[in-house]
This record gives sequence, structure tokens and C-alpha cells, in this order.
Amino acid sequence: MTRSPLVEMQDISLSFGGIHAVRGVSVDLYPGEVVGVLGHNGAGKSCLMKILAGALHKDEGTIRVDGEEAKIANPRDARSYNIETIYQTLALADNLNAAANLFLGRELRTPFGTLRRAEMEEETRKIMNRLNPNFRKFSAPVAHLSGGQRQSVAIARAVYFNARVLIMDEPTAALGVEETRMVGELIEELKSRGIGIFLIDHDVHQVMRLCDRASVMKNGKLVGTVRTADVTEDDLLEMIILGKSPAKGSAGARVGATVEGIA
Amino acid sequence: MPTDAGPSAPPQTADDRPSPGLRLRTSLAAAGMLPVLVALCIAFSIANGRFASLQNAIVILQQASVNLVLACGMTFVILTAGIDLSVGSILAAAAMAGLIVSLDPNLAMLAIPAALAVGAGLGLLNGAMIAGLHLPPFIVTLGGLTAIRGIARLMGEDRSVFNSDLPYAVVGNGHIFGIPWLVVIALGVVLASWFILRRTVFGLYVYAIGGNPEAARLAGIKVGLMLVIVYGISGLLAGLGGVMASARLYAANGQQLGLMYELDAVAAVILGGASLLGGAGSVWGTVVGALIIAVLTNGLILVGVSDVWQFITKGLIIIGAVTLDRFRSSR
Repeated sequence: MTRSPLVEMQDISLSFGGIHAVRGVSVDLYPGEVVGVLGHNGAGKSCLMKILAGALHKDEGTIRVDGEEAKIANPRDARSYNIETIYQTLALADNLNAAANLFLGRELRTPFGTLRRAEMEEETRKIMNRLNPNFRKFSAPVAHLSGGQRQSVAIARAVYFNARVLIMDEPTAALGVEETRMVGELIEELKSRGIGIFLIDHDVHQVMRLCDRASVMKNGKLVGTVRTADVTEDDLLEMIILGKSPAKGSAGARVGATVEGIA
Repeated sequence: MPTDAGPSAPPQTADDRPSPGLRLRTSLAAAGMLPVLVALCIAFSIANGRFASLQNAIVILQQASVNLVLACGMTFVILTAGIDLSVGSILAAAAMAGLIVSLDPNLAMLAIPAALAVGAGLGLLNGAMIAGLHLPPFIVTLGGLTAIRGIARLMGEDRSVFNSDLPYAVVGNGHIFGIPWLVVIALGVVLASWFILRRTVFGLYVYAIGGNPEAARLAGIKVGLMLVIVYGISGLLAGLGGVMASARLYAANGQQLGLMYELDAVAAVILGGASLLGGAGSVWGTVVGALIIAVLTNGLILVGVSDVWQFITKGLIIIGAVTLDRFRSSR
């Protein structure tokens, strides 16, 4: 890859009290690329991504966006670098409708601090029509939407605000087959727009299908980063379960160039 | 875009329409307690001919005014999934401050600002403890209920303070076009609260925090600061309630004034369809809730129900309201 990375996270560490949640992990992401972040519960993958999203503060390490060091202390900072996050819990306010959620924290407002409600609803209709033409429930609180519909509201929020880097935390964990397929298509669509995506997932099969590369974590450390085209599902499972990167000579022989710092 | 109990835009497409079960709950919430209010008015009108008169309507509004002001502040607080049990005590402390300042001829003009400042200050203090120390609102304001009551008594050395020449007496006893100032002020507070909650970014954040505080935080909303302001508003309106109550009496008493007012305010908000879990409710609902309480009080007196039974009825209404809240939130 000769292009320059969108995001580089280098030697990131984070601990809570005596527990090392993330230890010296480095990952990167290129435009139009999907990088899977894998590992068991508690492997540190969500913590790593929350650092990038500004929801957690790293103890050590550097984050670069477009090659320049980025200071990310809170979610607002992350957004200023066009880093958007879709949390597993979706971070939607259930009692508000799609438009209020889409613009939450970034409302269209008059100089007097009042809401430009009609414009917000119009913009929401436009973006939802593009991303999910079947979406109709614009006035209902999002509590009354299906998992896939909620997911599309969350994705629309990221796309509307020109995300360049998207962090998706198990976007299909709660979805049925058809809705999972729909989210997969959305991810392809986002890729084609040059958006880089970190995809946190448990489902190795899905990672093989959607991701260009996969970074595997175990016990807070990076096991390795591999191209999904170079490895098998079994190789990935071995990395997740045993914490071993694929042996040379196996299906994953050509990983050398992309395996980064087996800590 | 908070979907509260108020009238909302008609569904735009077939898919936009909620399911029958949801529709039943929504219309229940939207109609709220208005039918109850109407039924009470009809019942009292039949029981006593004097109930249904313009004069009595104004009396009811006047009796409702202080509670309405407190309940508007309580609406903000309950929308964030909080509660403010200290408003009755804050009202007393603010009234004492207003009276004490009014007695000094040089400072008399500052009596109302002093009362409002005491109210807002105590409210902000509540908010700072809730947001800064991450203490439950119930605990902080329960402590406030007791401690601020003590402060109110201390302010007057545990005696009533009178001022027969109270500079702001017109607030409690004056009229404009036949309508008491108390009612005009309460209406102003209602309209301002409605505007803030429905039309401003601040109001939307109040709903968002009640709906999902973590989502609000992740969206970059300063949840702690918002809570401080919300409790500040509640305190400020309790201070205004202190001005109104003391203006009516030309006096303030740290021990008696505003006693148990917090319960009427909470009851009005819950009767109005707000959820104690936060994120759902509206100012107009609160108005209906406050009017139900005022109509009950007024009607029970006119019908000749004894003081004791008035208490029992009011208490049962509060329990009934919370039961209703359970029914609404169990989906």
C-alpha cells in the first residue's frame, strides 16, 4: 500500500488501576479500507477503539490522523477529525426521533439557540432515503425502531457529518439475517466513498467477508495484523484463541509484511 | 423532537403509524389526565353550584400558581430522570431572604433579586453535588429538604418575619385586567418553560439526558453542566415561588412556609404524564397535573370534606399517579 494511512495508533497503552486493558498496541487504517478488530471479551479491542473515539483517555502512545499527531481528549475532539463511532449500544436516545438523534450534539440552530427543526427533519429524510430507502419511521421515537433501522440511523449520523474514519462496534450483533446483509451492503457503500472503517467483531466469518485486514488482540496486547486474503478463518481463530500469529508456511505465509509488533 | 405527551405531527406515511398497542399507550399518554380534570370539574359543579363560576376559577388558578411555578422547575428535573425534594425548603429560605432584605429601606428594591438569588444559588448547589460528586438526586435533595429548612429557620432566628409595607406585595395581591399577578406570573413561567423545552437546543438536551445520558455524553453534550443548570432552574423557580408566597402573606416563616410543597410539585409532574425514569413528559401535562391538585383542594373544601380527608385523598392521588407511571413505562 503506497497511500498514506488515515489513522495510525502507535504504542497505545491504557490501564484501569492495576489492570492493563491495552498494552503497547499499534494499528493503522487506510482510506476505503475495513480493518477488523478481533479478540475475546476483555481482549481490549473496545477500549482501544474508545480511545480513538475520545471516550477513554490513553495513558501512553500517539494517534496520528493524516500523518499529523491528533489530540483526542473527548468525543468532540474525535469528531473534529471526522472520526465517528457507532457504539454497540448505538448511543441513541430512545425517547427522541431519528432527526433528533441524527443531529444530537450538533443541532441546526438559530443564533438564539432555538432548533431549526423542519430543516433537521428534511435533512434526515434526505440522508435516510439515500442509505435506507425503506426507512419510514421519521416521527417515531427510535425506541420503536427495529435493530436494523436503529443501525441505519446511527450510520446515517456518521455519514451525514462526513465521517472519514468510522468505528463500528459489533454492528450486526443484534440483527437478523436480512438486516445483517443490509448493514454489510452499507459497509460496502461506505468503503466505496473512501471511508476507513474499524470493525470490532466477534464473528470471524463476517470479518473474513467484510474486512481487508484484521488486527487480533488478546489480553490487551496485539497478536498481529493480517490481510484477510492471506489467512483462513482457522488462522484467525488460532490468533484469537491461542494468541499465536499464523506460522510461516501455512496459509498465512505472506503475513510478514503486515504483521505489526507481536507484543 | 422529544416525543412527549403533547400533540405531535400526524404520521406521514402508512409505515409511520405506530402499532395498535403503541397507539393505545400513546393516546393514553397524549390525552393524559385531561379527562380526569374535566370529570373532576363536572363532578364538583354538580355537587356545589358555587364551583362553576369565573370567580372560583380565578381562585383555583391563584391557589395553583405557586405549585405550578415549582412544578415547572420539577418538570425539567424529572425529565433528566432526577428529582428535587428541596424546593419547599428553598421556597422558605428564599422568602425569608426577600422579607429580611425588604425590611431595610435602602435595600428594599433588592428584595426580589435576593430571593431569586438565594433560590438559584441553592439549586445550583444541589446540581453541583449531583453532577460533581455523582450523588443520587434523591439523596442530595432529601438532605437539602432538611438542611435548607433549618437554614430558613435560622435566617429569621426561628421566628416569622413580617413587613406590612412589603415593597413587592402587589405580586401576591395585585391584579391586572382582573387577573391576579400570581396567575400571570405562573402563566409566564409555563410559557417560558414550554418554549425552552420544546424549541431550544437546551430543552432537547434535557430530554436526551433523560432518555440516555450515555448517548448524550457520547454526542458531546456536557451532561454535568446541564444537570447543574437544570437544578439551578428548579431552585430559581422555587425562589420565585418564595416571592409569590411571601407577597401574598406580607410575611415569611422558616418553619411553615412551603412545607411539603415539593410533594405537590412532584405529584403535578407525574400526574401530567412525565416518567420518573426521565425523558418523557411535557409542561402542558404538568399544567393539567397542577390544576387537578388545585381543583381537588378547592372542590373538596367547597363540598365540605374535612381537612383530614383532603389529605387522604391527595395522598391516594399521588399513589394513583405513580401506578399510572408504571403502567406507561412497562412496555
